[in-house]
Amino acid sequence: MTFDTQYYNLGFLDQLSYKDTFVHRLDPRVKLAVTLLFLFTVISFSKYETVALLPFFLYPMLLMTLGEIPLIFIFKKVLLVSPFAVFIGIFNPLLDSGQIVILNGFTISAGWLSFISILIKFALTVSTALLLIATTSFPGVCHALRQLGLPSIFVSQLLFLYRYIFVLMEETMRIVRARNMRSFSERGKGIKIFVRIVGILFLRSVEKAERVYYAMLSRGFQGDMPTLKRFQIKSADVVFALCAVALLFVFRFYPATEILGRFVQGVFS
Amino acid sequence: MSHHIVEFKNVSFRYPDGTLALKDISFRITHGESVGIIGANGAGKSTLLMHMNGYLMPTSGTVNIGDVYLTQKTQQEIRRKVGIVFQNPDDQLFMPTVYEDVAFGPLNLGLDEAAVRERVNFALNLVNGLELKNKPPHHLSCGQKSAVAIASVIAMEPDILAMDEPAANLDPRSRRLLINLLKTFAHSKIIASHDLDLIMDVCRRCIIIREGTVVADGPVSEILADKKLLEENNLELPLSFQRC
Repeated sequence: MTFDTQYYNLGFLDQLSYKDTFVHRLDPRVKLAVTLLFLFTVISFSKYETVALLPFFLYPMLLMTLGEIPLIFIFKKVLLVSPFAVFIGIFNPLLDSGQIVILNGFTISAGWLSFISILIKFALTVSTALLLIATTSFPGVCHALRQLGLPSIFVSQLLFLYRYIFVLMEETMRIVRARNMRSFSERGKGIKIFVRIVGILFLRSVEKAERVYYAMLSRGFQGDMPTLKRFQIKSADVVFALCAVALLFVFRFYPATEILGRFVQGVFS
Repeated sequence: MSHHIVEFKNVSFRYPDGTLALKDISFRITHGESVGIIGANGAGKSTLLMHMNGYLMPTSGTVNIGDVYLTQKTQQEIRRKVGIVFQNPDDQLFMPTVYEDVAFGPLNLGLDEAAVRERVNFALNLVNGLELKNKPPHHLSCGQKSAVAIASVIAMEPDILAMDEPAANLDPRSRRLLINLLKTFAHSKIIASHDLDLIMDVCRRCIIIREGTVVADGPVSEILADKKLLEENNLELPLSFQRC
C-alpha cells in the first residue's frame, strides 16, 4: 500500500517538528531569514563553481545534527524529488562541450561541471528547505512569513493547505482501501476508476470547503486571519543569525575549500 | 435582562436545486430551554440549524434570535449570539493547533490578548482539554476533536448553543462525558440528533420534524414514549424505554 506509507511519511515530517532541541527553539523568523539568505547565496554562484559550493553542506549538516533530524529521512526526500533537477541538467554535458581541465591532464566537458553544480545546488536548497520545516513546523514558518509581512491571504492559504492535506489524504486513503477491498487482481484498478475517484475526491473537497467556510463564518471570520503574538527574539537567536551570516559570507567571498586544502597540506608537510 | 429566544415563524427554505427543505415551519424556544430536534434522515434538521446563525436565509418567513430579526445586516450580530457545533469536527477545527483554533472566535470578536487567553483556557478547561493545547487537530482522537470543537464555540460565549449530532462517532464513555458536560451548561440548547437517549438525558422538550415541518412538539417524556409517532418518523423508542 504505497499510498498509506506516503501518508505516514508526511506525518513523520510533522512529528519531527515537535522535538525540543536548540534548533527547534530558535525563533522561526530568524530561521526563515537565514534559510532564505542561504538559498540566495547558493544560487548566486555561477554554473561552473562546483568546488566553492561544497562547504555549504556544513549548514544543513549542522542543522541536522543539532536538530536531531535523521539524515536518511532527509536524504530519501531529496532523492524523491531529484528527477526534476536531473532532467533540467541532463543535456548540459551534450550541449555545453567546452573542455575544462580539473586535474593535471584530466579534462571533462564544461557541461558535466555545470550539471554537477545544478545537482549540488539542488541538494543544498531542497535539504535546507526540508530542514526548515522539520525544525520549525509548517505553521511556525507560516506565522513567521506573516510577521515578516507576507499578505494574510497567502498565509491563510498555506495554513489551510497544512491543516487539510491530512484530512484529504485520509479521505483518499479510505477510498483507495474501499476500492482495493472490492477489486480483484487488475480488475477495478484501471484508469477509468481512478478518474472517477479523483472526481469524487474533488466534489467532496468542494463540499468540505463550504462547510469549513461556514464554520469560519459562524465564528466571526471577516476576511482576516487573526493571530496571537508569540515570538520573541532571544540572545540565542541573535548569536545563531550572526554566526550563520558570517559563515555564509566567508563561504561566498573566500575560496574556503582551497584555504582548507592548503591548511591540511601545511599540516602534513 | 436579555431574552435568549429563538423563534421561527412560517419559515420555508428552498435549495437552489429546487428541493424544498423547510416547509412553513414555526416554533418558539424560550430563554434557557433545552430542546432536542429529531427526525428521519433528510427531514431538514441540518437545514434548520443553518438558519439559526444566518448561513442560510429563509426563502420566506422570519427567524428571530434574541429579539433580532435575521437579515443580511444582522448576520454578524446573530452569529455572536448563536454558537453552532458541527457534526464533523474536522470541518470546524481549521487552525493548525488546538489553542489557535479556540482563540479564532474570540480574536475575531476583537478581544485583546489577555482576554483571549483567559477565554481559551476557560473553555478548554471546561471540556477537560487543557493538555491538548499545543497539539495539531489531525493528531487528536475523534472524542478529543469533538471536545475541542465544543470549546471553540464556548470560547465565544454564545447565548444559545446549537449542536448537530454531537455524539456521532463517540465511544460510549466519551458520549457519557459529553452528556454530563452538556447538562452543566446554562445556555439555551438546541440539539439535533438521532441519539434519542442523549436527547432524553439532556433536553426537556423535543420537536419532531418530517419533510420540513413540525409534526410534534412537547415534553421529552411524552414524545419519546410515543412508539407509534416515533416509528412513523423512522425512529425507535429510546433504549432506556425499551427495557421496561
